[in-house]
Amino acid sequence: MKIKLTFWKLVFFFIMASAVYATYVRFAKGLGPSTNLSDQFPWGIWIGFDVLCGVMLAAGGFTLTAAVHILNIKRLHPIVRPTVLTAFLGYLLVCVALMFDLGKPYNIWHPLIMRNPHSVMFEVAYCVMLYTAVLALEFSPIVLERFNLHKPLKVVRAALIPLVICGVILSTLHQSSLGTLYLIMPEKLHPFWYTPLLPVFFFLSAIAVGLAMTIFESSMSSKHFGQQLELPIIQELGRVLLVVLAVYGILRFEDLLHRGVLKLLFQPGYETYLFWLELVLALILPLILLTQKRIRTTAGGLYVIAVLVVLGFITNRLNVSITGLESSAGMRYIPKWTELAITAAIIAGGFALFGLATKYLPIFSTAEQPTLEEPETAVSAGSLSYDGD
Amino acid sequence: MSKALLYDATLCIDCKQCEAACAEKNKLRYDDAVVAEDRQSEHKFTVVLNKNDKYMRRLCMNCAEPACASVCPVAALRKTPAGPVIYEASRCMGCRYCMVACPFGVPKYEWNKLAPRVQKCTMCSDRVEAGEPTACAAICPTGATKFGERDELILEAQQRLRNDPGKYVNHIYGLNEVGGTSVLLLSSVPFEEFGYRTDLTRDPLPLFTYRVLSRIPDFIPLGGVVLGGVWWITHRREEVAAAEGETANKVFYPRNPDRRTK
Ligand code: SF4
Ligand code: SF4
Ligand code: SF4
Repeated sequence: MKIKLTFWKLVFFFIMASAVYATYVRFAKGLGPSTNLSDQFPWGIWIGFDVLCGVMLAAGGFTLTAAVHILNIKRLHPIVRPTVLTAFLGYLLVCVALMFDLGKPYNIWHPLIMRNPHSVMFEVAYCVMLYTAVLALEFSPIVLERFNLHKPLKVVRAALIPLVICGVILSTLHQSSLGTLYLIMPEKLHPFWYTPLLPVFFFLSAIAVGLAMTIFESSMSSKHFGQQLELPIIQELGRVLLVVLAVYGILRFEDLLHRGVLKLLFQPGYETYLFWLELVLALILPLILLTQKRIRTTAGGLYVIAVLVVLGFITNRLNVSITGLESSAGMRYIPKWTELAITAAIIAGGFALFGLATKYLPIFSTAEQPTLEEPETAVSAGSLSYDGD
Repeated sequence: MSKALLYDATLCIDCKQCEAACAEKNKLRYDDAVVAEDRQSEHKFTVVLNKNDKYMRRLCMNCAEPACASVCPVAALRKTPAGPVIYEASRCMGCRYCMVACPFGVPKYEWNKLAPRVQKCTMCSDRVEAGEPTACAAICPTGATKFGERDELILEAQQRLRNDPGKYVNHIYGLNEVGGTSVLLLSSVPFEEFGYRTDLTRDPLPLFTYRVLSRIPDFIPLGGVVLGGVWWITHRREEVAAAEGETANKVFYPRNPDRRTK
């Protein structure tokens, strides 16, 4: 354990050191010298991965709060905290990435006072801003509890349901809007990926990835922190994942069929290969595995499926944002080391912060009473009966 | 009232005075190295291309419904009623969505600066507001680049196509592309030769996102009510279930499940 930790620490420090230098290059020399972006290819992995995938990977937050607090699926309660934590960290890191990618990061607040409601980006900016605030509030009870601040805790808990509802609405809007961003370029984005259904696909895949990330985190935390979720919960998530993937798969197929793109799928080419890679990772393999009861019911099998789904939809986002735009730009984009260093550091930072949080905050509390909702129900039930007297 | 430019490639003599005038107007360097460049860039807003002695200008099309302005989250890019699509650097935050969205690949970025700006032809909007033609049109010695009312220029272009059908490709580029542009082009060789796509949609591009965005105001209250309703139903059901559990050994249904805690 000690040796392993040291190895990972070494990797971590190496990534962070290169990121520090990359940060220096970015802010001392500008976007040109620090990236392979150009007039032909203005958006690279900082948008394609850090923002598009970052927001997608954080989708567990709204999926699970909705399942537990709105649909009232109590069994899933123990995983609300880790997913809200992931979501909160995810959005913070997306904001960090934006500070690197924006040409004038110090103007990031401009949408607050300079409005263009016709812009999808404007809408995304508002939703992300508000949702990060909602996540901070949803996350706050954990911190407040840790420091025994009962008064604010009570206030947040009382506002929990409206908060969750706001969170779900805001997430639905911006998760799908990240797809809407690309609707303005019908001529530029490759027909494999350009479809009027982009917002729907982005939304559904965010749910799928949210579920997959929850399974993935559970396994990770069982390995590294000795905490894990009970198997029945993960199995339940697996079943929901199967349904979501199936719906997504059918829609995706029908969309390709109706747009007459199916015949392109078998013409060899750069886009075709990456399209199939995405399809195999995100849909075909997970669906095959999920329909096997022997695999679907084991923690190991579900872990593999979760990893496949996450990788598959990361490929999907990168295809939409990079692969699909390369041929109309007439060039291939390969990120520069500085871009990769920053991205790696953001991922590593995410893992490190998650680890720290689980260590010092009651995230995987086994004694499940100090949770977000239960005291709230208890209070309301109590007051109800009190009123009744 | 909207102004436009009509560029007729068959009248052009490749003197590049429009390039020089543009550089001067926008205070850009224009030396031999820049003259030789055949691409629009952050320091060259318009370029006259030469392919086997056929010429073609490229510049921002100043679209009637510009994708760039529609996507800009802070409204740094704006279409003015007079025609030009203008840019306000102090608003811009550098997200570069305008560059990704423009169907003609026009906006360029100052990649090597620490406070980079988006750069493009803004159709000399100050001159146009003052009632003058653009710098390029004012200097053009042959009338290849002509400034005027968009409606009148369209009539004139149609006239030229009718009078000399053999000379031109039968297409006024910019009349309908992406909903129409304030730069109109005539040519004797196919526009694709110079990188102008002729397969562009006739719908204004902002429509494609607006169709989705315009649903949001309806979605928010609806989503709120549905979610709140589902919450109410699922939790109500639970209260009922809890009450039933408590009275499981009794046969009748409890009248007031809320009183279960007593
Ligand atoms: S050509 Fe491009 S930059 Fe110019 S107005 Fe149209 S969309 Fe905007
Ligand atoms: S780069 Fe500037 S002008 Fe272009 S869309 Fe972003 S904020 Fe607007
Ligand atoms: S100034 Fe007129 S003739 Fe000379 S290159 Fe420009 S458009 Fe052609």
